Amino acid sequence: MSFAISKQGEVVVVDVEGQLIVGNRQELKQKVLDELEKGEKKFLIDFSQTGYIDSSGLGVLVSLSKKIREQGGELRLANLNDDLQTLFELTKLDTLFQISDTRERALESF
Amino acid sequence: MAKSRVALDVKIPSDVRFIDGVVELATRKCRELHLPPHKCSLNVRVALAEAISNAILRGNGEAKDKHVRVRAVVSDDKVVFDVVDEGPGFDLAEERPDPTAPEHLEQEDGRGLFLMKRLMDNVERFQSGGNVVRLTIRR
Repeated sequence: MSFAISKQGEVVVVDVEGQLIVGNRQELKQKVLDELEKGEKKFLIDFSQTGYIDSSGLGVLVSLSKKIREQGGELRLANLNDDLQTLFELTKLDTLFQISDTRERALESF
Repeated sequence: MAKSRVALDVKIPSDVRFIDGVVELATRKCRELHLPPHKCSLNVRVALAEAISNAILRGNGEAKDKHVRVRAVVSDDKVVFDVVDEGPGFDLAEERPDPTAPEHLEQEDGRGLFLMKRLMDNVERFQSGGNVVRLTIRR
């Protein structure tokens, strides 16, 4: 389980490798908040290598999205597999986030 | 009467770092039992992770001397997971805010029990040698 951060143009891209769950959600939160503090505004979280997300992982995404918006920025998501898509639909979080099928489409959407 | 057998029985310390290992073990068992793939990769994985997480954080309050037991019993038509902690338990029937309501959508917490109930066919809570959360999924 780890989070890889890279920069593509003006967008900070976070790859979630493994799970986003109660045991590692604070690590993701801190990494994104550190980038936000540096002045970054555009964030994309790519879930192409993610197994599953639990409720605390979903909670962190909601919390980060709010904080980023408060700073005038935006958090978008990409590459949800069928299970993750179902999870976002069940919780109606698919209505809260802009979700793209691919990283490229997500990057173009900013 | 349908035959049943224990497919999994593990005891872990009250430490969230142990959740993923147990969840992956349970997911593997589900695949071996030929449950539909999405039930293994989504329903069991997420609901069980929620139940274990609740047991460690709320039930046992992450106390180092307390443990969580996870047991799975398989029968012809269902798999039953018992997650047992050493806490006082909680009221499953208690009214909780709907996390999908527009006014709650941006709240960080409150989706755990909702997901367990949506992803499992039945969720029960009772006392039996500890506080038990029982998750049942049909095969």
